[in-house]
Amino acid sequence: MTRYALRRLASIALILLLVSVIVFAAVHVLPGNAATLILGEYATPEAVRTLEREMGLDRPLLAQYASWIGSVVTGDWGVSLAMKQPVAAIVAARLRNSAFLALAALTVVVIVGIPLGTLAALRRGRPVDLAIVTATYVGVSIPEFVTGLALLLVLASPSVGWFPTSGYAELTSGVGAWARHLVLPAMTLTIVLLAHIVRQTRSGVADVLAAPYIRAARLKGASTRRIVLRHALRNALLPTITVLALDLGYLMGGIVVVEEVFAYPGMGRLIIYAVQNRDVPLLQMCALVVASVYVLANFAADLAYAWLDPRIRYS
Amino acid sequence: MMWRSPTLAVGGTILIAVITMSIAAPWIVPYPTTEQHMLDRLKPPGARFVLGTDQYGRDLLSRTLAGARPALGLGLGAVALGLALGVPIGLAAGYVGGRVDDLVMRVVDAMLAFPSLLLALLIITALGASTGHALLAIGVANAPGVARIVRSASLALREAEFVLAARVRGERHLYVMFGEIFPNVLAPVIVEATLRVGFAIMAGASLSFLGLGVQPPTADWGLMIREARQYVFLSPWPLLVPGTALAVTIVAFNLFGDGLRDRLGAT
Repeated sequence: MTRYALRRLASIALILLLVSVIVFAAVHVLPGNAATLILGEYATPEAVRTLEREMGLDRPLLAQYASWIGSVVTGDWGVSLAMKQPVAAIVAARLRNSAFLALAALTVVVIVGIPLGTLAALRRGRPVDLAIVTATYVGVSIPEFVTGLALLLVLASPSVGWFPTSGYAELTSGVGAWARHLVLPAMTLTIVLLAHIVRQTRSGVADVLAAPYIRAARLKGASTRRIVLRHALRNALLPTITVLALDLGYLMGGIVVVEEVFAYPGMGRLIIYAVQNRDVPLLQMCALVVASVYVLANFAADLAYAWLDPRIRYS
Repeated sequence: MMWRSPTLAVGGTILIAVITMSIAAPWIVPYPTTEQHMLDRLKPPGARFVLGTDQYGRDLLSRTLAGARPALGLGLGAVALGLALGVPIGLAAGYVGGRVDDLVMRVVDAMLAFPSLLLALLIITALGASTGHALLAIGVANAPGVARIVRSASLALREAEFVLAARVRGERHLYVMFGEIFPNVLAPVIVEATLRVGFAIMAGASLSFLGLGVQPPTADWGLMIREARQYVFLSPWPLLVPGTALAVTIVAFNLFGDGLRDRLGAT
């Protein structure tokens, strides 16, 4: 297990390094460099050159990358151009808010999705299965901003007013207010994520139910309930772990739109702010953090999978 | 053949309708898409405006019909660009193998660590917001996924008899890649491309919704929803009409892609 973990760790480290190169390259190699971005299209060439010298943009790319990645690793994430605050502090606060949102969505997805997927597998080809499959299919095909605004329309309109239309309440101002602000954005993300988990659970359970050992359990006289809960789910849910990790990747993209719809102050909204204000240092770190979270989540999923299924470690 | 599979039939029928709509829009719209009727703002569906009007009194039916063109253009264009970039990279990695394959695939993995919308946003920050840049950004964001699919399909054919035969004949590597291997990985590529169009349309609409794609006053579904947002409690129609068009189009591409997958036996 340790050997497997170390081997995976080495490839993760390489991927993280490449991720940082991509973030750096996206801003420095594409036409329109950082100085032009900051000063705008109509800046005089002299002003651009002066700023380039100040920011060290006239140095070779490799030297720029080395000094950038050096300060990132040592915790110096620079200062946001638009907010005039240290990037590390801004990102930390926003990341926490997004983590609340992602955790809420993932929890609901696991609690609702796994039973739904199992039910669909048990009633394969029947109306219940068809309804579940169709609903999740449609759910994943509607863009988040449409789902979000539709939920807003139904659950937060002035005449209903169950939930606030947008914003965020700090935990210190009461758990109730905090949770009420979380409901609509989390629900929007849940609708998309449900499709993935239901589909995976459905096919996983259906495959396992066809296995000989389930037949044996049936012939032994075990009840369906016991077969599903004790024998089938344990094996059927293994791939679901990977889907959950991949979903975290989706969540990292999904929050961009959903947070914007509900004006929820997390990473997603911060990214849009950085893009709109062309705040390069802020955007670079946001992108780096988001991609790293995804890579590390996949690493964790690989480890969990290998721990639960010894066959993986030796392949 | 199409009619034996319900998913292909339903998806295909809707797609034909949407494509027809996008071509015929300029001739079939009841009102010019930017014509404002200031006395009929935010009207519900009625006799004069069949699907209602938006906050400037523009006809929602006309704008939604016209919105099919930017949506399809962006979706198809971005996927075409993704294929143009991803197919050669995937073919080369799978065919050459070894160190090259390792290196290319690590870079692809690193690019896949970014949610595609984020990758698109990075590119748009550098280039500025416009329809063309949105297409370019989504196209580039699609390339690594395409490369991965093509690579694994062509890796399996690397040692195939017909590939070895071509090499023994002394064919050039480029010919072996595009003339021998590529035609045999076409099925999974077509399926992947069809499914990607749906997601590319969604990504393009998301960018427009965020104000970073198609710019006003063009009739575009994502942009229409962006503008409808403020008035959603006054009239839901400016949200629901383009939202439905968008959802139906994406469902159609997904159905068609899944149907093709079953039909072509690709994974």
